[in-house]
Amino acid sequence: MLRYILKRLLIMIVTLWIIITVTFVLMISIPGSPFNSEGSSNATVQANLEKHYNLNEPYHIQYLLYLKSIVTLDLGPSIKQPNQTVNDLLGRGFPISFELGIITVAVAIVSGITLGIIAALRHNGIIDYLAMGLAVLGISIPNFILATLLIQKIAVDWELLPVATWSSPAHMILPILALATGPMAIIARLTRSTMLEVLTQDYIKMARAKGLSPWKITIKHALRNALMPVVTIMGTLLASILTGTFVIEKIFAIPGMGKYFVESINQRDYPVIMGTTVFYSAFLIFMLFLVDIAYGILDPRIKVHKRGGE
Amino acid sequence: MEKILEVENLHVTFSTYGGTVKAVRGVNFYLNKGETLAIVGESGCGKSVTSNAIMRLIPDPPGKISNGRILFKGQDLTRIGEKRMRSIRGVDISMIFQDPMTALNPTLTIGTQLMEGLRDHYKVSAQEAKKKALEMMTLVGIPNPEERLKQYPHQFSGGMRQRIVIAIALICEPELLIADEPTTALDVTIQAQILELFEKIQEATGVSIILITHDLGVVAKIADRIAVMYAGKIIETGTKRDIFYRPEHPYTKGLLHSVPRLDVKGDLIPINGTPPDLFSPPKGCAFTARCPFAMEVCDKVYPKESKLTDTHRVDCWLQDERAEQLMATTALK
Repeated sequence: MLRYILKRLLIMIVTLWIIITVTFVLMISIPGSPFNSEGSSNATVQANLEKHYNLNEPYHIQYLLYLKSIVTLDLGPSIKQPNQTVNDLLGRGFPISFELGIITVAVAIVSGITLGIIAALRHNGIIDYLAMGLAVLGISIPNFILATLLIQKIAVDWELLPVATWSSPAHMILPILALATGPMAIIARLTRSTMLEVLTQDYIKMARAKGLSPWKITIKHALRNALMPVVTIMGTLLASILTGTFVIEKIFAIPGMGKYFVESINQRDYPVIMGTTVFYSAFLIFMLFLVDIAYGILDPRIKVHKRGGE
Repeated sequence: MEKILEVENLHVTFSTYGGTVKAVRGVNFYLNKGETLAIVGESGCGKSVTSNAIMRLIPDPPGKISNGRILFKGQDLTRIGEKRMRSIRGVDISMIFQDPMTALNPTLTIGTQLMEGLRDHYKVSAQEAKKKALEMMTLVGIPNPEERLKQYPHQFSGGMRQRIVIAIALICEPELLIADEPTTALDVTIQAQILELFEKIQEATGVSIILITHDLGVVAKIADRIAVMYAGKIIETGTKRDIFYRPEHPYTKGLLHSVPRLDVKGDLIPINGTPPDLFSPPKGCAFTARCPFAMEVCDKVYPKESKLTDTHRVDCWLQDERAEQLMATTALK
């Protein structure tokens, strides 16, 4: 197991390095510079500024300097946000984005699995059709449409919940709802179909023959096996929730990391572009790693295989 | 002898899009305490449905016990509630399934699966359950039980898994064990071992066994009595001697002729044709179309049960006194 984790860590570092390199190349190939849009500064001022941020160096030196800053975990100053380092921005934005993301993931998983189980147990009944109809809607409606609809109806027309920002639990409901519906629907459909398959397995019949209660059979015997495919797609879902947070944060004016990520590209704020991209990537890579570990815990056959194929 | 189980006029149907399948059509049999009854017949004749009906494990819908009684120690299992039935399953009546490769949950340890029935029904402590589990594993012949308890099904071979399945079935000390083709998925040497295990267990615990199989070799080895099933009915029952040495129903005879024997030379004689469609089974004897001795009456009216001896019964028109006469006249022609 330890060997496996070390191997994975190494691969994660290589992946991250590739992401850094690609992002760097893409970034310098966008035309323009951070100072172009500001007409006020003259040539000398601009040259001094470029010198200050090492933008006058050749690209390969800039690249190496950047790698150094990653290794030392000092992501440098922001060009556009005065007197703020990228670390400051991340430190302020990340907890909020993380809160939004993690609650969304929890909501999506819990409600998706519950809905899927209920639909499977009431297979071809009214509840099943209702749940799956809802799931199709959830998958089909993009989160930004759902977000604006929710704001219009619930916040503006009915005035039940606040329109935007992120300051109290009531403020969190709409953004989380908008962001969680899609993943929840996918999880619900997947849980239902795998659950239906698992429920026909011999070991479920065996569990019934033991005289176990339906609850125990569902949770202990069926669900664990039905969760495998759900765990498998968790990686993709996490990525989609993560990118979803950019949009949702923008729509609900949530002061998370997404705002800096999008703005920095428009403003050519190079250190912030690099910083946020690397941070998001590292976070996603780490979450995927956790998903793989969870997979091994859920299915003992996988764990043994990793130990060296007994 | 005390009868532990009596099945009377059992009917099981399945509603499908194509119509209603009458899988079991009036099955009668009984089982004495400590005895092994083999129910034999070809695939689709209703053996497994009968055993699932006794456990009330027929998926409803589409399946349904539409008529009949299943008396277990005098209690009609078709009339009790699901909760009461649950306290009987695994405790008084246990079941062993055909394929040990799929009967165990791949994500739970052997120990968990072995002990959960015991812990659920008797609320015993973890230590007590473990003690009992180790005892069972020793009984079914699994070496290093302590260590094996913590392992997962994929770390066991097919034969070992079937031993585990048997241990699970026996851990609550049931009075009746239903084994649904317990050796079909195993290779021959393992089959012999498992059958010996059954004999050993029966000796040790006095459990009554219903053995569902299509393997007459298995039957010859461990059954006391045999019930031959065809198209949802039991067409002949008797002791092992009755069925193997004095088979009366043409189908039973056909079955015995289609099994290779070491002591008789010659070709195997298969039974021609296929079993009838159970969507609309024939009014008379379902074997008529394949029967070399079929008479006009066979197709129209189902024969009455003939009692040949105290133990040996058969449903066949050939037992009717008029049949002999008829056969003689056709032979003359």
